[in-house]
Amino acid sequence: MNTEVNLCGIKMKNPVTVASGTFGYGREYDQFIDLNRLGGIITKGTSLKLRPGNPSPRICEVPGGMLNSIGLQNPGVEYFAEHDLPWLRKFDTKIIVNACGSTIEDYVELCKILNTLDIDGVELNLSCPNVKAGCLAFGTTYEGVKEVTSAVRKVLTEKPLIVKLTPNVTDITLPAKGAEDAGADGVSGINTLLGMKIDIDTRKPVLANNTGGFSGPGIRSIGVRMVYQMAQAIHIPILGMGGIMNGDDAIEYMLAGATAVSIGAGNFADPETSIKTIEGIENYMKKHNIEEIQSIIGTVEMH
Amino acid sequence: MPVKVLAELIMKEKIIEGIYKFSVKAPQIAQTAKAGQFLEIKVSETGEPFLRRPISIYNIYRETGVVEFIFQVKGRGTQLLSNMEEGTKIDIMGPLGYGNFDVKAYKKVAIIGGGIGTYPLYELAKELQGKSDITMYMGFRNKNLVTLEKEFEQVSNKLVITTDDGSYKNKGFAIDFLKEDCKQEKPDIIFACGPLPMLKAVQKLAVEENILCQISLEERMGCGIGACLGCAVKVISGAEPRYGHVCKEGPVFYANEVEI
Repeated sequence: MNTEVNLCGIKMKNPVTVASGTFGYGREYDQFIDLNRLGGIITKGTSLKLRPGNPSPRICEVPGGMLNSIGLQNPGVEYFAEHDLPWLRKFDTKIIVNACGSTIEDYVELCKILNTLDIDGVELNLSCPNVKAGCLAFGTTYEGVKEVTSAVRKVLTEKPLIVKLTPNVTDITLPAKGAEDAGADGVSGINTLLGMKIDIDTRKPVLANNTGGFSGPGIRSIGVRMVYQMAQAIHIPILGMGGIMNGDDAIEYMLAGATAVSIGAGNFADPETSIKTIEGIENYMKKHNIEEIQSIIGTVEMH
Repeated sequence: MPVKVLAELIMKEKIIEGIYKFSVKAPQIAQTAKAGQFLEIKVSETGEPFLRRPISIYNIYRETGVVEFIFQVKGRGTQLLSNMEEGTKIDIMGPLGYGNFDVKAYKKVAIIGGGIGTYPLYELAKELQGKSDITMYMGFRNKNLVTLEKEFEQVSNKLVITTDDGSYKNKGFAIDFLKEDCKQEKPDIIFACGPLPMLKAVQKLAVEENILCQISLEERMGCGIGACLGCAVKVISGAEPRYGHVCKEGPVFYANEVEI
């Protein structure tokens, strides 16, 4: 039985990664799980310079999951490279850095640095709904995604480039094509769906930022649909995510066309969700006599 | 080091309507837990509600490996928790939080709690008992909500109970009685946990009177372990203000280090 997958040149021991922003730089979860078992770790969204993040409340629960508006709080790439990367590198797992910026110049400067670091890939964040500039401003159109991705591609010559896409669009295949046409090696998605919760007693939104990104099991069927649509439209690998809680959910994404998957909010509900997902995939393979997990990618049989 | 365990609910006690005390067998947590730390408790098997519930530790029995926590039923999650029967194995992460109460032999200690915020102060008082002269101030809205008077009496040298409406013991806010006492003799440290207006008043008093003070904060949490960065609080101790996190740097902070 072989659980290895090749995500645009990143050879992973299994298809299970942990999603950006749900796993910090790994240290907190190291207390609860063996990080060596993961296919990969996608780091917290990291920017050129420190970002302070948004005011509280940043989180609230909604049916099917939660809303967050963290605002990409992170210590900046230099701090990451010095303090977190050497520690992360002790583990036998792939390290993919989620890169975020406010302007094209930000993304380019950041990726120049990432190009020189000991990392396995870059996930370009064009889809955070919680910051005023950047991200979504580029991420919702074919042209916007193509423009940023092209600029980054010129400097990110040594690492696989995965573009993380937003579901807050009419047709996700358009930004996906923008990424592919600009030379991205893969795409990932879905990021969170923009939501809002109102406290009816105070008549104010619960989140200080008013709106936030919806994640959790409630978005899974949307994620599966969008991964399927992207798989039909582009020829580069897809890292699928959105509401995955176990092996069965991961298999759904892979059948829809994902080469690998990410566990996001599921880490909060249970720090062992990623490990249970790996075990669930193995159980599925046994049950269905599947030798190579990659043989199931995109094999959904549509009605 | 925190762990995730399945802890058996060995005793469930309804303290007053809507407030429950759970005693769980969790030796690994009991051995290392410190006063002020909290637990992240899974309340649902169905994934709805989605997140764990952060609840402070009330009492630790290190020898028998039992940990107790007290919670108020406020929504679906705590409702589900309150429905659990003795014998249930509860999925608990803990002990969590790195900012704890500074349990040191201060000579004169003031501990002030409001409502359900009194419970996280019990273990602290218990550990300070015999080492410090403890005055405990407990504020409640009314007589019906006064809880654990006997328990706190046993771990303090002097217990001041207040009710907002005067329906039991002293009428008024606990903070006003602490303020009055500070005019006579300042404590070496104030420990506080309770509703935000009370914490703000305690913080103001401590800063104005230059009294060392620790406050236990609450914020909406995602992971409870410092990864999601959800429970932000403005930390003002460094050169520039920044967002720290209640679950990691707290839940207990020095009052002069945070903006609340």
